[in-house]
Amino acid sequence: MTHSTTAPAIHAAPIPLRDLAPWAVFFGLLMLVALYFVTTEQGAAALTEGGYVHEYVHDARHLLGFPCH
Amino acid sequence: MIGKLLVSGLIAGFIAGVLAFGTARVWGEPSVDAAIALEEAAAAHDHAPGTAPDHSHGEEELVSRETQAGMGLFTGTAVFCTALGGLFALAFAFLHGRVIPLGARATAGLTALAGFVTVSLVPALKYPPNPPAVGALETIGTRTGLYFGLIVASLAAAAIGIKILKSVRLQPWHAAIAGCATYAVLMLAAGTILPAVNEVGPDFPADVLWQFRTASIGLHAVIWTALGLVFGELAARQLEPDTGLRPA
Repeated sequence: MTHSTTAPAIHAAPIPLRDLAPWAVFFGLLMLVALYFVTTEQGAAALTEGGYVHEYVHDARHLLGFPCH
Repeated sequence: MIGKLLVSGLIAGFIAGVLAFGTARVWGEPSVDAAIALEEAAAAHDHAPGTAPDHSHGEEELVSRETQAGMGLFTGTAVFCTALGGLFALAFAFLHGRVIPLGARATAGLTALAGFVTVSLVPALKYPPNPPAVGALETIGTRTGLYFGLIVASLAAAAIGIKILKSVRLQPWHAAIAGCATYAVLMLAAGTILPAVNEVGPDFPADVLWQFRTASIGLHAVIWTALGLVFGELAARQLEPDTGLRPA
């Protein structure tokens, strides 16, 4: 092994939870809303009328393993 | 820094989504088509008019099969994976240097492996993915609740495993084994307690079911692998610029 030894020893300081929390809450929720629309909307729950969302992402929902109908 | 990581997560997620689309299209669509053909054959037999749900793959479709297997599939996988990438970045930001004492690439790789096992694989072993034509319309709420509940339970078990890993006084390798074993025992218990769901009709071909389910789990493996590798690369360039760009 001819590894360069000049690479700094990686003991990255963890990102403080205080800094992480607001990002996690805000963007975590945003991501979950996006996931909800792909995986569940117009299936087990419905915020919008009709079946267009369900039908449009139908194949993705099945293949990603979510109960579709 | 967190914002940059988050953007890296979204980028990695989108790339994973493109790969997921290709995988789903090539590996998954044949069994979806086969299942829909069976569904339509069955519907032609015994669909009493008036009892048909508003959901139909056959006549009067809202969205054509080409769209479902094309733009719809792409949109679904891309949005799913991009959002997953965002959550992945947040998980990475928590684990890096706190739980996993490794570089950015290895941390991303291990995070992806853990994500695949906890979010995708273990819940799918208990509540496996089902192709079209499988699943009663009346039980969609229960099935969705159980499946999401198991994913949440799996994440909680992983959190307890991490707690054990961090608190047990052992060398890192053995501490990691203790954490993983804790997770495994908790999930075996959850899998035993939770009710089974099996709505596969006796006439549904086992071969199509196997093709569909392996494709679905394989799709998740592709997604997490792409997420881990691409995000690891982006995060390393951001967090470890010296090592990230050095020629080997």
